[in-house]
Amino acid sequence: MERCRLVFSGSGGQGVITAAIVLAEAAVIHEGLISVQAQSYGPEARGGATRSDVIISDSEIYFPKVNQPNVLVCLTQEAYNKFYTIIRPGGLLITDTRFVKTVEKVDARQRELPMYETVMEKIGKPIVFNILMLGALISLTEAVRPESVMKVIETRIPPAFLEMNRKSLQMGVDLGREFRS
Amino acid sequence: MGKKIKFIQGNEVVVEAALYAGLDFYAGYPITPSTEIAEHMSVRLPKIGGKFIQMEDELASLCAIIGASLTGHKVMTATSGPGFSLMQESLGYAIMAEIPCVIVNVQRGGPSTGLPTSVAQGDVGQALWGTHGDHAIVAMTASNHQDMFSVTVDAFNIAETYRTPVILLFDEVVGHMRERIFMPEPGEIPLMERLRTSIKEGIDYHPYLPREDGRLPMSDFGGVHRYNVTGLAHDMWGFPSNNPKVVHGLLRHLIDKINNNANQLLRYKEYYLEDARTVLISYGASARSALHVVESRRRRRGERIGLLELQTLWPFPFSIVRQKCANAKYVVVVEMNMGQLLQPVRMAIDPPEKVYLANRIDGVFITPTDIRSVLRLIQGKGM
Repeated sequence: MERCRLVFSGSGGQGVITAAIVLAEAAVIHEGLISVQAQSYGPEARGGATRSDVIISDSEIYFPKVNQPNVLVCLTQEAYNKFYTIIRPGGLLITDTRFVKTVEKVDARQRELPMYETVMEKIGKPIVFNILMLGALISLTEAVRPESVMKVIETRIPPAFLEMNRKSLQMGVDLGREFRS
Repeated sequence: MGKKIKFIQGNEVVVEAALYAGLDFYAGYPITPSTEIAEHMSVRLPKIGGKFIQMEDELASLCAIIGASLTGHKVMTATSGPGFSLMQESLGYAIMAEIPCVIVNVQRGGPSTGLPTSVAQGDVGQALWGTHGDHAIVAMTASNHQDMFSVTVDAFNIAETYRTPVILLFDEVVGHMRERIFMPEPGEIPLMERLRTSIKEGIDYHPYLPREDGRLPMSDFGGVHRYNVTGLAHDMWGFPSNNPKVVHGLLRHLIDKINNNANQLLRYKEYYLEDARTVLISYGASARSALHVVESRRRRRGERIGLLELQTLWPFPFSIVRQKCANAKYVVVVEMNMGQLLQPVRMAIDPPEKVYLANRIDGVFITPTDIRSVLRLIQGKGM
């Protein structure tokens, strides 16, 4: 499999880093791939621009950060403004319609997905916004299989919330499928 | 393979490795970017019958583990630069009183409170000369999770063998990064247990009288022997002494037990040094960027470039550095400070003018591009 370099960005508390960890762990533990996840964040507990980098590869990864992502996810306007220019030409830019107004065409596939809207309409709780996003992402990129992601979620989330996560992941996968091309 | 694979943070690796090494007492004051060490330790230690204490500050943290170590426990504390500064006084005490303990410093930007969430390697010099007085110290580091595990276990073994504090100088990048690790099986890495005295109750025990091999058997404090422990210069009973012969002997012992065993304390890795004309010397997270440059330049243009990754920083491995760089035309030290390891490397290499620095001090992780820019300048290929 070709190397996949992803950057997840948003605001502290949106679950951006958690989503990145779940993806990378799924790749390592359940798909036998090599992956590194790194993150950078400000001193704030909530708010502030958050970023997490994931590299998925079939050979050793030394430099753990991503300079030019193939896949860039922006979940806030601030994150979008800060990061949209770093995307690799021909890459995939995923934004959320509720939080991000895209201002400029970049040399990438742009997918503006109603992720927040979907999660609020069908689940009613923003807590699984990140998992729905992850579902959409793996559906668009085929980075890992949804089952692998679900297996990781099962080890991280209290049983009472599993069903909600499963539904969100599936809704994300379905949403991503609509936007494939 | 059949080995247990985990995908965890570097800080969590340190916890797992410490428990593997037999740690049963931890006292600390959480600080970014080392917080996850305290966090995971607080969950894991009580489950195996160990003790976790969150202290009021870093001064108390190091004092607490020193006391626990004397009573027979394997101990550790973890902090970052600001806390490590506060620990310098009792670090000297642990050196003087010869207390086995492990101190983790997950480095962040400094000086002072600096950049809490950003990476730096600015405490390398402090690890050696942060505490006052003539002494020797052991400081080690690693650049990936597998090595962090074995270096951490080594730190405990060295602390026990030489009755000394050992400093683990990690950094924000390796501490927070997640990657794959194959968890070593019990018994796979040898462990050094506490050397306890065989002297029976009621017979004089000299806590600071070395055996023939230089080692000092310990007696669990509060157990069967009564003895004195002090930060003052002391004799073989542990009582203060200003007798010049005693003081001289003590200082030589403290320094020689580390420096004369530098070969036993030495850990390093080398990549392509057989034919390298350009040798990068690096450690910790910076070594990852350096290795990236080495691998890609060799692959893409067949350049004869290699990497010497130091895992033992103090005592500084002068002879290995000299030997490994003997045939190099250029030596480039890659680190995230203004050249704290550049200085000893220059002392080791003849002529020192062939040693250059590729660094970054702005809280941003040094990139392969940063290193390539320096290489282009010194190799005379322009920018």
